[in-house]
Amino acid sequence: MMTMNRWLTFLAALLLAGCAQTGLRGTGDLGVVVERASGRIAIVDTTAKSIIASVHGLGDLSHASVVFSRDGRYAYVFGRDGGLSKVDLLLARIDKRVMQAGNSIGGAISQDGRLVVAQNYEPGGIKVFDADTLELLSEVPAQSKVVGLADLSGNRFAYALFDKGEIWISDLANPRDPKTQKYPAGQQPYDGLVTPDGRHYMAGLFGEDGIALLDTWRPELGSRKILEHYGKGQEKLPVFKMPHLRGWAVAGGKAYLPAIGRHEVLLVDTATWKEAGRIEVKGQPVFVMARPDGRQVWVNFAFPDNGWVQVIDTLKGEVVQTLQPGKAILHMEFTPRGEQVWLSARDDNLVSIYDTQSFARLTTLQAESPSGIFFTSRAARTGF
Amino acid sequence: MIAATADAAEPDSARQRELVRLVRQDCGSCHGMTLKGGLGLPLTAEALRDKPFDGLVATVVYGRPGTAMPPWKTMISENEAEWIVRQLMQGFPEEAR
Repeated sequence: MMTMNRWLTFLAALLLAGCAQTGLRGTGDLGVVVERASGRIAIVDTTAKSIIASVHGLGDLSHASVVFSRDGRYAYVFGRDGGLSKVDLLLARIDKRVMQAGNSIGGAISQDGRLVVAQNYEPGGIKVFDADTLELLSEVPAQSKVVGLADLSGNRFAYALFDKGEIWISDLANPRDPKTQKYPAGQQPYDGLVTPDGRHYMAGLFGEDGIALLDTWRPELGSRKILEHYGKGQEKLPVFKMPHLRGWAVAGGKAYLPAIGRHEVLLVDTATWKEAGRIEVKGQPVFVMARPDGRQVWVNFAFPDNGWVQVIDTLKGEVVQTLQPGKAILHMEFTPRGEQVWLSARDDNLVSIYDTQSFARLTTLQAESPSGIFFTSRAARTGF
Repeated sequence: MIAATADAAEPDSARQRELVRLVRQDCGSCHGMTLKGGLGLPLTAEALRDKPFDGLVATVVYGRPGTAMPPWKTMISENEAEWIVRQLMQGFPEEAR
């Protein structure tokens, strides 16, 4: 007869065997693809180049963005309708979900991974949540739409106020008692980003030519404007889609930025913050994103040129490849070391995967109206 | 350039489908795919109830200088803008699947 102890040991062994069969795995090569019209994300494996699961019930994802927990297991999905969902990538299910605002645009996660912050349009401002429980810890009302939220060192967050023309930095050292500093930006900041070292915060301006720049290591020096008058007073083209600054592109001491209302990518010297040239491209840039090694910069475009993607070689300083990966290319994401890029083709219901060296299309995946693509390697990067 | 508007005929059904997609997807990038607003104002029937029809059509065609609303006249005709505004004021159709 088996004793009770032995019986329990036997059961435990069975359970462990069961786990091993379902496969222990890491999340370093996982990511999510937002299926914007279906309130759903696909969990993808970039090694297998396949969709491994879907998670439903995430609400209105028409402008969804995603950040990852620092262990790369959980994806925080910010929906347009104010829904904030914590999705377990390994179990492929919603772990926690709260409705935190009426109209939201995205979010960020703190340096130490303990705080998730949402940026909202309605009511305008930011809200601070415990990353583990999604408990609301505090909020900073702004009476303005908030754009360009980015994490800085020391659990600080920078963001820009579209209606007020300001940059705010909130220090969340005590997450229940945020301390906020305000700086002038300019007319209608539409998005913002922080450099990969976390030092410089930039807010792109829609209402005037130029970009507001703040050195967050020396905030006492205040903000200043760079690339002023890059349009030289010429009337800009109608802007059918706002550019995004998230995919910070810096390579060889230069930053690559979308020009508003112009078919140009602007180059800025990151030592002097002066214009270092411009590159003519096929349409109005939306995302200007550097491959992780900085050798290439990939650019997609606003309607009606959103079927094209161009690749800039940063050594040559010119466009070296023009691709048509599908209809309505909304987003691009590089694998952690950049050998592949995944592109979402909304109107083809496809994700296209390209080899960034040969520019060959490796495969396509079916997805319903795919928009944002986010890989877990973002968990380890400031500003992502 | 405004396309021919000799008669005020409605866009044909194929074009209507394109326009619905344009509004949901491309206008939706600022106004939200559900048209409940974003960087741009809400475009639900309720939000537009007290707005003048002609003013809304003019906003679509010529844009609103000083705001992020661009002129759409290179993409759609005045007739089509009128059709879109009429649909918006009645509650905009969903995209056919």
